[in-house]
Order: sequence, then structure tokens, then C-alpha cells
Amino acid sequence: MEKQNLKAFLYLLPAFLFLAVFMIYPLIDVFVYSVEEGYSSASQSFFGVGLYNYDYVLHDPYFSRALLNTFILVIVTVPLSTGLALLIAFALTRIEKVRSLFQTIYFLPYVTNTLAVGMVFMVLFKQTPYSEGFVNMLIHMFGGQGVDFIEGPYWAKMFVLCFYTIWIVMPFKILILTSALASVNPIYYSAAKVDGTRPWRIFYKITLPLISPSVFYLIITGFIGAFKAYSDAVALFGTNLNSAGMNTMVGYVFDMLYRDGGGYPSYASAAAIILFAIVLTITVINLMVSKKHVHYS
Amino acid sequence: MKTFFKKHKPLTWFFLILWAIIVLFPFYWMVLTSLKEYGAYNAEYTPTFFTLSPTIENYIEAFTAVDLGRYLINTVIFTVITTALMIFVTILAAFAFARLQFSGKNILFTLFLALMMIPGELVVITNFQTITELNLRNTFTGLILPSVTSVFYIYLLRENFAQIPDSLYYAAKVDGTSDWRYLWKVMVPICMPTVVTITILKVIECWNLYIWPSLITDDPKYFLVSNGIQEIRESGFGRANIPAMMAAVVVISIPLIVLFLVYRKQIMSGVVRGGTKG
Repeated sequence: MEKQNLKAFLYLLPAFLFLAVFMIYPLIDVFVYSVEEGYSSASQSFFGVGLYNYDYVLHDPYFSRALLNTFILVIVTVPLSTGLALLIAFALTRIEKVRSLFQTIYFLPYVTNTLAVGMVFMVLFKQTPYSEGFVNMLIHMFGGQGVDFIEGPYWAKMFVLCFYTIWIVMPFKILILTSALASVNPIYYSAAKVDGTRPWRIFYKITLPLISPSVFYLIITGFIGAFKAYSDAVALFGTNLNSAGMNTMVGYVFDMLYRDGGGYPSYASAAAIILFAIVLTITVINLMVSKKHVHYS
Repeated sequence: MKTFFKKHKPLTWFFLILWAIIVLFPFYWMVLTSLKEYGAYNAEYTPTFFTLSPTIENYIEAFTAVDLGRYLINTVIFTVITTALMIFVTILAAFAFARLQFSGKNILFTLFLALMMIPGELVVITNFQTITELNLRNTFTGLILPSVTSVFYIYLLRENFAQIPDSLYYAAKVDGTSDWRYLWKVMVPICMPTVVTITILKVIECWNLYIWPSLITDDPKYFLVSNGIQEIRESGFGRANIPAMMAAVVVISIPLIVLFLVYRKQIMSGVVRGGTKG
């Protein structure tokens, strides 16, 4: 078949233009920014090239705070949400009636606006002198001590952030695991039954290995997603995350770039590159672990 | 675990219903609160679970005290244009990769796939600078342009295009059909389910977009709903008017929920094939 170089070029041109301007060039440029010392949006000039920006970011207490918050969020939400989704997906396979109703309900958070629903969570968890709020009402009902989850102690704020994050990511995980479980050939279960295999053994030796690619896919994307957490924190605590002590790494990047105290694309770039070095490292570790444990048929 | 759930059917149901309540409760609460009168809401120290005198005054407030109507229209304009551009660009590129023969095709496609791994947060910084330097802040152009391309959708559609048998193409060629006509009259209709799926996924993405619009607009005239709701929260009604805020939240949430209920199957199967969130 003869080549259609010119035609192919024309068909690819729009996509290529968009990608070149808004993806490839920025990708190179972010590294350039990150080594330009003393650059600010106001002055539009820099006085040297080096690693000072990284040094600054790594010694910035706001960055350490953001790093710590993000790590806690990742360590709490990834295992909890994956485990919970696994449990729910299993439970769903056990019922026949109204299963699709449940699936529809469970998927709802996926199509909601993170900022908008975050405000509802804020209202539910907030406690003011004039109103105790829904969650504190529950706590009081069980004889506990109320606490303001939105502007109160650190652990309480962290709890809401983790809770809301899990609420948001569950639909995707439940959906992926449900479809993975549905694709397991029932003949394996029948065979195991004939052999009189115990239930836990069936789970460990048959079900889990067969759906392990999906589980690891969820763990990998879960890590990546949780490291990029930002809008859920904004929804709960407002845009000034630094003063709330609840900033995340992505939040730090954007605060440096734009918000109050912003205008420093170099610091933002350095922070973004540090973030992605961390994400990349963890993803590579995940992939190495998954090679050992995942069963690909 | 399977048999565990089988043996304890009531427990299974309890567990499933509990999670359904956790998912649905915030939705119930936002609708409930939006129907409470401002005075009545503020008078209750312990929240009540129902209201005997529902009112729509909060909805009127949401559209009059702040520019909710404008935020909605902005978001619709942004979503429609961005999605339309994305679909057009994606179809053309997917066609080139699936159907045309050209030098360096495989290398180019591999590079394309590599782009999928680039996180958006990394390129936002320069895009922000670019748009600012072009004086495109607070314009629809500035909002839309960087949001158009999705490498993943090009990949998804290319895979689908590639499944169409070659014989169809040669038959069309014999009949003297041009590539352009063949693409729009044969390939796109055959792959309509995939086109619909990526359209809906992009619409959801656009409707919920927060970070880019929050960087690029500070003039409320160009706010999308996410920024609008944030603005409402921080200064709109005064922080105390929770019922009016909840009315705004309901209005913003409804379009996507309706879209989801109508296209449930396409959305869920589309997400299984390639959505990521979380």
C-alpha cells in the first residue's frame, strides 16, 4: 500500500498542535523553571541556574506539612478503600435481587462535583456554638465528646479528609472489582466444591489470584490518585489550606504558583517535580511487587 | 469470604444497605437542608431529619444573591465547546493511526502512548504561564484550549477503529469514496458507542473541573460551577446561609446525576474500560 504521508500529517495536525503546545513544551519547560533561581512572575527574570529552588522547597515548613498530610492520606485511604471495595464487591456477588440498584447507588459519587458535595460533608461534620451538626449529634447520642471536624484538632480534620476521599474513590473501585469478579469462570468454584475445598482456601487460592490484576491496578491508580489529592481538601477546608494546616502536595504547588503568596513558578515546578519523583518511585515499587504476586492468565 | 456471605445473608444485606445509606445520606441532607427556611435552620441546635414546611426561597436566593445562573451557563458553554473540539481532534487522530499508512507511524504512536503517563499537574504550571502571557486569563479561550486533548481517548477510539474490517475500506475505495467521507459516513457510525462513551466521560470531567479554572479565572463573570461554589462558600451568601448554599449545591449536582441515570450503562462500561478517578 502506498504511503499517505501528507494526508496522515493533516489528520494528525490538530492533535499534534494541542499536544505540542499544552503538553510537550510544558513538560520540558517545567524542568527549566525548576532550575531558574530567583524567578518570579513579577520580575520575569532570574539570576542563576541551580538547585536552590529544590533546596528552598524542601526546607519550607509548609511543604513538610503538605508532604506529611499527603502521606497520611495515602497510607490511610488506599488500603482502606481497596479493602472495603473488595468486601462490597464480594457482597454484591451474593445477591441477585436489586443488585443493579445497589450498583447504581454506589456509583453516584463518581458523577458528583467534588467541590459541591464536599460542602455537604463540611456541613455534616461542622460544629458551631449554634448548631452541633449531624455527626456530632450522632457522637453525643452515643455518649461521646463532640468535636469540630472542620476547624478543630488536626486528627479530626484528617479524619474528615480521609473519610471524604474514601467516599469519592469508592465508586471506581467497586465498579472495577465487580466486573473483575463477574469475569471469573464459575467452573473453578464448581471444581473446588467437588474437591470439598474450604471457603477461605477458595478465596485465597482461586478468587484472589484470578482478580489480582484488577486489585493491583486499583492499588497503583489509588496511590497515584491519593498523592494528587487537592480539590477534596479545598472543598472541606477552603482555599487557604496552609493556614488550616491541611495542605496537600498538589495544593502546595498551586499555592506557590498562584494563590496568596504565589507568583513563584520556579518553586512550584520544583515541588511538582519532587512530587512526581515520589509518585514514580512508588509506582515502580508497586509494579515490581505486582510482578511477583499478580497472576496473569 | 464468598461462603461467609452466603452463610450470613442477613449480614450481607446489612452491609450493603449500610454502604448505600452512607452514599445516599449526603444527597438527602443537601436536599433536605436546601428546603429548610433560613430562620428555622439556624434555630435548630440539633439538626432535624425532616422539615414540615419546605420552602423554595433558598433556590430563589441562590439564583438572585449570587450569579449561579451565569456559572451554570459558563459551564455549559465550556463543556460543549471543549467536548466538541476534543471529539473532532480525537476522531481525526484516531483515524490516522488506525487507517492510514505513513512513515514513522509506529514510533509516533508509541510516543503518543508515552504521553498518557504525563501527569496533568506537571504541565499546568507552564500552561498557566503561557495563558497569562497571551493575556487569555478570564477568557473562554484560555479555559478551553489546554483542556481539549486527551491522549487516552485517542487511544481508545483508535483501538475501536482498528477493529473495523479492512474489506469495508477497500469496498468503499472501489466505489470511489474518499477517506474523509469513509471516516464520517462509515467508521464513526460503526464506532458510535465508543464515541458516545468518551463524550459523556469528557462532559463529566469538564463539569467537575476545578484546578485549571481556579487558576485561570478570578473574574466571577467567567467562573465555572466548581469555582462558583467555592466563591459562594467563601464570600457569597455570608458563611451562615447554609440552606442557600445547599440549594446551589443541589442545582449544580442535578445535571450530572440526570445524565448518569440516562446513560448509566455507557458511563459504567466506559469507566471500566478506561476511567480513572481516585
